[in-house]
Amino acid sequence: MSFGPFLLLAVLEGTVMAAVLALTAVGLSLVFGVMRVVNVAHGEFYMLGAVLAWFVTYYLPFPPLLAWMAALIIAPVLVAAVAALTDVLVLKRLKYNPEATIMATIGLLYMLQQAALTVYGPDARPVVAPFEWRIQLPWFGYSGYKLFVVVAAILVLMAVWWVMTRTKAGLIMRATQVDRDTAQTFGINVNRVYAGTFAFGGALAAVAAVLIVPIQQAHYLMGHDPLLLSFIVVIIGGLGSIRGTLVAAVIIGLSDGIISMFFSPTLAKIIATLLVALVLVFRPQGLFGAKA
Amino acid sequence: MVAVIEAKRLTRHFGGVRAVDGVDFSLEQGEIHGLIGPNGAGKTTFVSLLAGRVPVQSGEIRLEGEDITHLPAHLRVRKGVAYTFQITSIYPRLSVYDNVILAAQSRNSTGADKDATAALHKAGLTTLAGEQAGTLSYGHQRLVELAMGLALRPKVLILDEPTQGLASGEIENFKLLIRSLVPHTTLLLIEHNMDVVMDLAHRVSVLNFGQILAVGTPEDIRHNTAVQDAYLGGPHAAG
Amino acid sequence: MTPAIKVWSLHLLVLALLFAAQFVLPPYHATNLARIMVLAVFAMGYNIAFGYTGLLSLGHALFFAAGMYAMGLSAWHLDAQAWPALIAGLIAGGAIAGAVGLLALRAVGVSFMIVTLMFAQAGYLTLLYLNSWTGGDEGFVIAQNARVLSGFDMATDTPRFVAAFVLFAVGLLACLWLVRSPFGRVMIAMRENEERSRMLGYSPFHVKLTALVLSGVYAGAAGAAYGMLFGYVGATFATIQYSILPMLYVLLGGAGTVLGPFLGALIMFYLIDITSAYTDAYFFVVGAALVGLVLFAPQGILGALRERVLKWLP
Ligand SMILES: Nc1ncnc2c1ncn2[C@@H]1O[C@H](COP(=O)(O)OP(=O)(O)O)[C@@H](O)[C@H]1O
Ligand SMILES: [Mg+2]
Repeated sequence: MSFGPFLLLAVLEGTVMAAVLALTAVGLSLVFGVMRVVNVAHGEFYMLGAVLAWFVTYYLPFPPLLAWMAALIIAPVLVAAVAALTDVLVLKRLKYNPEATIMATIGLLYMLQQAALTVYGPDARPVVAPFEWRIQLPWFGYSGYKLFVVVAAILVLMAVWWVMTRTKAGLIMRATQVDRDTAQTFGINVNRVYAGTFAFGGALAAVAAVLIVPIQQAHYLMGHDPLLLSFIVVIIGGLGSIRGTLVAAVIIGLSDGIISMFFSPTLAKIIATLLVALVLVFRPQGLFGAKA
Repeated sequence: MVAVIEAKRLTRHFGGVRAVDGVDFSLEQGEIHGLIGPNGAGKTTFVSLLAGRVPVQSGEIRLEGEDITHLPAHLRVRKGVAYTFQITSIYPRLSVYDNVILAAQSRNSTGADKDATAALHKAGLTTLAGEQAGTLSYGHQRLVELAMGLALRPKVLILDEPTQGLASGEIENFKLLIRSLVPHTTLLLIEHNMDVVMDLAHRVSVLNFGQILAVGTPEDIRHNTAVQDAYLGGPHAAG
Repeated sequence: MTPAIKVWSLHLLVLALLFAAQFVLPPYHATNLARIMVLAVFAMGYNIAFGYTGLLSLGHALFFAAGMYAMGLSAWHLDAQAWPALIAGLIAGGAIAGAVGLLALRAVGVSFMIVTLMFAQAGYLTLLYLNSWTGGDEGFVIAQNARVLSGFDMATDTPRFVAAFVLFAVGLLACLWLVRSPFGRVMIAMRENEERSRMLGYSPFHVKLTALVLSGVYAGAAGAAYGMLFGYVGATFATIQYSILPMLYVLLGGAGTVLGPFLGALIMFYLIDITSAYTDAYFFVVGAALVGLVLFAPQGILGALRERVLKWLP
């Protein structure tokens, strides 16, 4: 393949990557923005979403499209339930102390990972794509499902944006984000907002996972990379800023896809992690965030 | 008289709030200098600039002639500028003795124990030395804070509302203690209790909206009409 | 008895019991104990940063691995003898900790945690990336002749136990001395109230950096010793898991207590060892222990003991 088509392929792959990453990272960003909690187990919510999607599609006697759509509903709901439970049982008791919640979510990460290994096993298993459709370009064929993933992710993100800016739930979340105590005096049930936000964040990771799992197989360690990349995106985009997160997701997703096609993915990851550390040290408001 | 600390056109704004706005100020060797002014006048911000807790926006600060405007706070402390917090800031989980020796060893590592013991004695805390500082009464915690200031053996001791929350008996002891420090130590005392300032201070500066309204002896200040209008006016004027 | 005598006697007694343990324990448990003592040195280092100075690092695996690889690589590529290789490890741990600290200490709280995590992750990935030099994922075995320390072969049980013990004893006594010294008091002061400490004339940055370097020296020494005593160097030791383990040991035994890291390492090691006999759910134990400790016993065993009974415990 000559360079032009090769680059096009890289851009396409990068776009898919960016779309899914944006979904995952927005969940992390939302949780950090509203609750000031750094959820280290966010990648495991993603992994849980993928593994649950496998169980749903494997055991429901439906045709692929229907089974996948069932997974798209069931997996995020279950993950949201796990997240809400975590909030009530653990995070709330820690009074959302930022450092204690990091340690606790690290513990949760190990527990979820081990649970997946024990129940689901060490194998990587594919989920059948809801539909088979190939787009034939002059140089190569490309999976129509992948393009569908991009469209679906954009739709979900628009819905998130709509919820956050146009609905009462979003208004309450933003009010709590700005000032927890004032929100409380205005009769907002902050406990419920926090549980809801954490559940919502987890559900977004699970949706991303259900979208990706027909492309990448479900595996109990699959949460690592999304966690790292989401961290990178959220930090570079400016902690807690949804808009910055989206911009960063597109840039990181695209460049990661493109860079890993030309260079060693390990080197790309080294540079990315160092970049995150340096951004946190020298520009804590993020590369795209406004100065606080 | 020699100025220990001198500030020129010292300025610090927070957004639109002109907390300290072009203040000229001089603290003379061996005096007790009272700093008064209504709530929000900028007193804490002003002394925080002197102590280095808050970075200076413009203007300059000299300590015995040396420019310390941009010196980090911990180095100013080592040069002899000690600061006690308006909101009590001690180590609540450490013993009273540990609180005070931490101050003492910062200036004098070999004789720290002696300095700490002396400071505890002066503050009347000798019997409480072994207690956990956080378990003490509020008044005693204020004294721990003061003892830490003493143990630093500073040239200048800045006290931000030290008598706030003290009982009247404790205030009398406090006054005795402060008087025993001069002229060896120079004191800058922010105080809300007019009786205490007027009684202790050799000179008083009045701060209002971040600017110096008047400087003078307690008598001068008492009779200054601008001060009366801005600050002492109203039913408490006679205080 | 003065408190000082009480404190020193207690720690010397613990050391004496540990030394004697090799004569009564069956070889399997003696080897375990040697491992635990080395890991406890790592945890003591973590404790200097976290327990005493309040620096919650998620990147100590980097310092442990720095020590381990400095030892292993100098033995492999430079044919270094055992002592120089060990010293290289100790220095590497401190130097890397200092370099990380210079940057990471500009960030506080959660940012500090993430920055240390990211540096450690970058270090781990670098080990993989330079696999022709480092052996990558598979790691490498330390050659027999590089494991001879002052004439004693570390591949045999008794010298290995004694070497682990000596490292542990030196680490423990140095730590005890440190935390009872004036500087130790300042470290604690930084943890308890940074702003107050600054206004007593202490530079938070310098105190924390010094503590982090000391912590790195401990971690580096432990890493180097671990590689030499057990003969293997691998990238697993640089993963985040090895940043979490010392945190777990310290939390369990009691953050800010001198004996806590050892106690935590001992209990956790056997907890994992015993549960592994019944299930392979090793990580579940680690995760549950972490959540449980953070939730219900943040001051750990010796921390709780000190609060209630042994007020003089350092
Ligand atoms: N860190 C800060 N950020 C923003 N505004 C501040 C800050 N510190 C003080 N201010 C404002 O500066 C003004 C002076 O405050 P302060 O120096 O505490 O007054 P005083 O000690 O005389 O009561 C007040 O309006 C206060 O709200
Ligand atoms: Mg004030």
